[in-house]
Amino acid sequence: MSSSPTVASRLKGRSELGVALLLGAAGVMVFLDANGLATPYSKSDPVGPKTVPFIVAGLLIVCAVLLAVNVLRGGKGEAEGGEDVDLAHPADWKTILPLVGAFVANILLIDWAGWVISGTVLFWGSVWALGGRHYVRDGLISLAMSILTFYGFFLGLGIALPAGLLEGIL
Amino acid sequence: MDVFSSLMDGFATALTPMNFLYAVIGVVLGTAVGVLPGLGPAMTVALLLPVTYALEPTSAFIMFAGIYYGGMYGGSTTSILLNTPGESSSVVTAIEGNKMAKAGRAAQALATAAIGSFVAGTIGTTLLAVCAPIVVQFAVSLGSPSYFAIMVLALLAVTAVLGSSRLRGFAALGLGLAIGLVGMDSVTGQQRLTFGMPLLADGLDIVVVAVAIFAVGEALWVAAHLRRTPLHVIPVGRPWMGKQDWKRSWKPWLRGTAFGFPFGALPAGGAEIPTFLSYVTEKRLSKHPEEFGHGAIEGVAGPEAANNAAAAGTLTPMLALGLPTNATAAVMLAAFTSYGIQPGPQLFASQGPLVWALIASLFIGNLLLLIINLPLAPLWAKLLQLPRPYLYAGILFFATLGAYSVNLQAFDLVILLVLGALGFMMRRFGLPVLPLILGVILGPRLEGQLRKTLQLSAGNPAGLWSEPIAVGIYVIVAVILLWPLLMRLWRKARPGRSSLLPANSGAADYSD
Repeated sequence: MSSSPTVASRLKGRSELGVALLLGAAGVMVFLDANGLATPYSKSDPVGPKTVPFIVAGLLIVCAVLLAVNVLRGGKGEAEGGEDVDLAHPADWKTILPLVGAFVANILLIDWAGWVISGTVLFWGSVWALGGRHYVRDGLISLAMSILTFYGFFLGLGIALPAGLLEGIL
Repeated sequence: MDVFSSLMDGFATALTPMNFLYAVIGVVLGTAVGVLPGLGPAMTVALLLPVTYALEPTSAFIMFAGIYYGGMYGGSTTSILLNTPGESSSVVTAIEGNKMAKAGRAAQALATAAIGSFVAGTIGTTLLAVCAPIVVQFAVSLGSPSYFAIMVLALLAVTAVLGSSRLRGFAALGLGLAIGLVGMDSVTGQQRLTFGMPLLADGLDIVVVAVAIFAVGEALWVAAHLRRTPLHVIPVGRPWMGKQDWKRSWKPWLRGTAFGFPFGALPAGGAEIPTFLSYVTEKRLSKHPEEFGHGAIEGVAGPEAANNAAAAGTLTPMLALGLPTNATAAVMLAAFTSYGIQPGPQLFASQGPLVWALIASLFIGNLLLLIINLPLAPLWAKLLQLPRPYLYAGILFFATLGAYSVNLQAFDLVILLVLGALGFMMRRFGLPVLPLILGVILGPRLEGQLRKTLQLSAGNPAGLWSEPIAVGIYVIVAVILLWPLLMRLWRKARPGRSSLLPANSGAADYSD
């Protein structure tokens, strides 16, 4: 057990190893999937459907290993900046989780309740998650956006977004 | 003049009232998304793809062209009025531009950027119209081996030359290629990476992938690090320039254009290198070197021209070879495919009217940008004050709408969220987005050329280098891949000499 503290201290703050893990997992997955393809050799297609996946799998696995080595030696990916990005404070999960919640709610609702309802939930929920606190104004804007896009898509582009529960009303 | 008469036909198509309207919509929309943080031209074109299926391809591409140039234009406004640039290509503009704005010369900075963009864009588009047909003439004689080599070069160059870490670039490329594999194999009909899900058999829609990576990933990333104290936007009146400013600007515009176009046209593309080169050159040639770092107008004029000329240059390989080297061009290439138009050197022959209308609309868009945007600059500056909750909620809202409207199935939204999370992770850990998108779009075409090549050579790998052009390109590929090693040898031989370009030396990642 003597080595465990050093391993733990080495792993601390190295969440980037997760990226290496993901790359490795993706590589193995691509490899196994391609390996499972049954293809008889054919003269008209000597390369076959397996070759490129094998190359891609190799690339991913090599990158995974090199990235892991790089991170363990202190390498670090540069987080992306931007106009509205303030990297001084850590990731704010209290914003992200409700945001993802609003997104998932839309996925669950869209086919059943229809776009006007699910889109309103999505927009209102996102504004709330991002710190909007004018509940009524935000709600009205959300509803207006959903209704306008619903009719805009239908009348302007001939794309019928699902009406869902409001079928017959809209 | 064949080019001239084709171009005139192009103008005739592009100036019909409807197409002109789409050009106006394109440049206004493009400028708006260029100004707004979190949005970019690539994402906008991707979002509009499903919406434009109802349009004539020509009208759609005229609008895309407007968005493409408008986005470049809007990006410079943001980097001058805020001190944080949105796109990597406007980093250099921000150095002097923001200093000028702080010194009360925002109007002059915006004016030299706008007029310089117009000059560079017009020259660049002219060069595009002249060069593209020449490249096509050369390209039609190329066979599959050469095409395969060119695509390999483009992918590797974008991955290895741009960005700060080559290793992370290749990781992103690998992920993109893997995403591109999903679906039915075009030759044998075998299902790859579909995990038995019939909804995946047709592959992942490029709209969904692009919107997820650009829009959802960006919105989630910004949400995680949203600035709580809004940035100070420097108020600005109508852009204008005095006589002295004109005198100091016109040469940098021309030199910037000369840097920008060739770099844009190269497979490695990108505007970062030419904008930086232009900045360094202007600093050296300036009669007022002491002003650099405190708001020298040359430092805005040159890089902005280089940026726009590079944007025009990028369209040369895109239209002539079907080879995109920046994100917007990649999405436009995907748009060609979704309209059933085969990109590549045959494009000029098979879709001549469309291509020439597109090029003509670039000229029109450029002029429109100048006419519309000089008076509108104060309005664009106001746009920067849009409350952030609405902005990012709106991005998610339209991303969802765009991705859903492709196939009208909720399953695409699940993919959108999963790939959006991937986009978030890439931003967090510094994996560049561009290699991924190019991998998704070029991967399947690359595989097609590989299989065609080996089919012709009856399975003999020597078929890959059976054309002299292909051999030459592989030599370039080898140089790019071995570059860090060569640089190290160079540094050992001449210690104490540092390179002019601080970025792009991915050597650090390989040195350990």
